[in-house]
Amino acid sequence: MTQERKAVALVSGGLDSMLAVRTLQNQGIHVEGINFYTGFCVEGHTQAIRKQDREKQKRNNALWVAEQLGIKLHIIDISEEYKDIVLNPKYGYGQHLNPCLDCKIDMVSRAWQWAQDHGFDFVVTGEVMGQRPKSQRKETLPLIARQSEVEDRLLRPLCAKHMPETLPEREGWVDREKLHDFHGRNRKPQFALAREFGFSEWAQPAGGCCFLTDETFAKKMQDLWQSRGERDYELDDIMLLKIGRHIRPKPHFKLIIAREEGENRYLEGYRRQFAHVRPESHGGPFALIDGRVDTQDDLELALSVIARFTQGKSAPEVTLSYCPEHGQPAQMHTVVPMAADALPQAWYR
Amino acid sequence: MTDQVLDMRLKLCPLPVIKTQQAIASMGPGEVLTVICTDPGATHDIPAWCRVHGHELVSIETTDDEFYIRVAC
Repeated sequence: MTQERKAVALVSGGLDSMLAVRTLQNQGIHVEGINFYTGFCVEGHTQAIRKQDREKQKRNNALWVAEQLGIKLHIIDISEEYKDIVLNPKYGYGQHLNPCLDCKIDMVSRAWQWAQDHGFDFVVTGEVMGQRPKSQRKETLPLIARQSEVEDRLLRPLCAKHMPETLPEREGWVDREKLHDFHGRNRKPQFALAREFGFSEWAQPAGGCCFLTDETFAKKMQDLWQSRGERDYELDDIMLLKIGRHIRPKPHFKLIIAREEGENRYLEGYRRQFAHVRPESHGGPFALIDGRVDTQDDLELALSVIARFTQGKSAPEVTLSYCPEHGQPAQMHTVVPMAADALPQAWYR
Repeated sequence: MTDQVLDMRLKLCPLPVIKTQQAIASMGPGEVLTVICTDPGATHDIPAWCRVHGHELVSIETTDDEFYIRVAC
């Protein structure tokens, strides 16, 4: 009896990994999925926080894909270890703060380690040669296999015919003729294969699944590092960068002002860790102060900016409660809301 | 037999799923994990995780803005 071969596939939730897995399932390979949580995954976060988005259908695309394919999916939190990839990428960044090549090497390396720990034979990805400018080039695909130490036990079913034979093909576990020769950024072959496999739905392909590729997010991250004088972050920093208005009136403090009820509630969850402000005389947003407001002038500046976003923005005065530290009594302050044209665009982060 | 409670309030998906996965791995057959969440996404993702891994979703209860999701190991 032939031994059943087992592969672990990197499953992002997009179409390519879905097609790669089904291609191997059709050859009798037992496939399980692996998905790494870096903290920068776009799906879910802001959608879960903002009330206006709460009625939209939410799903974890990787889990949804696993369910469509009938495979197990192992979601692994690597957010702490991933810091080193973000802060010190050996192969540099893409257009923004995206360390795509280092990221792919790291994930393939982790998947290969997982495979060995769980008795799996090889690793599968949905990579397509020429599809991504940084990590899916002809020169970088072999580099990923080499640097991750998976070597020829890394199979890319969608572009395998453009690559040297891998061990699963040489050993006859997988029929190379039934693999694919996709190449470049044209996704029509993927769509055709999806139809052939009977997939009628899939998540929007590629590009927008990582906050590190987002210009606005990258700028906020760099602002955070600059203000702290070091390149470092915690998971909570990443969460907070994704929500609220971020306004930096002075280099040493930033205001994070909720934009709606869902964000109000979410930011209130951080009241133990930050100085915070709540409007009292008028309706308005909850706000955190990240940094130091050392002087009365700093505090008045912070409060006048926050008052600007309350329902009393046109009133002569707004009263707000300011809590400098969790456990301390709130102080009442009355300020004149900052005029719209007095709030420099350059303060927005 | 020890049932467990996992407090995932203010945590956003997929963290509730990841922590559910870890907690279930340390529990024995028949034990029940109650996950308390505030992210409504968890009410979709944890049931999906249960279906994918063959665990029973016992119940989902909603109170105010919290969700109590019970999963049998």
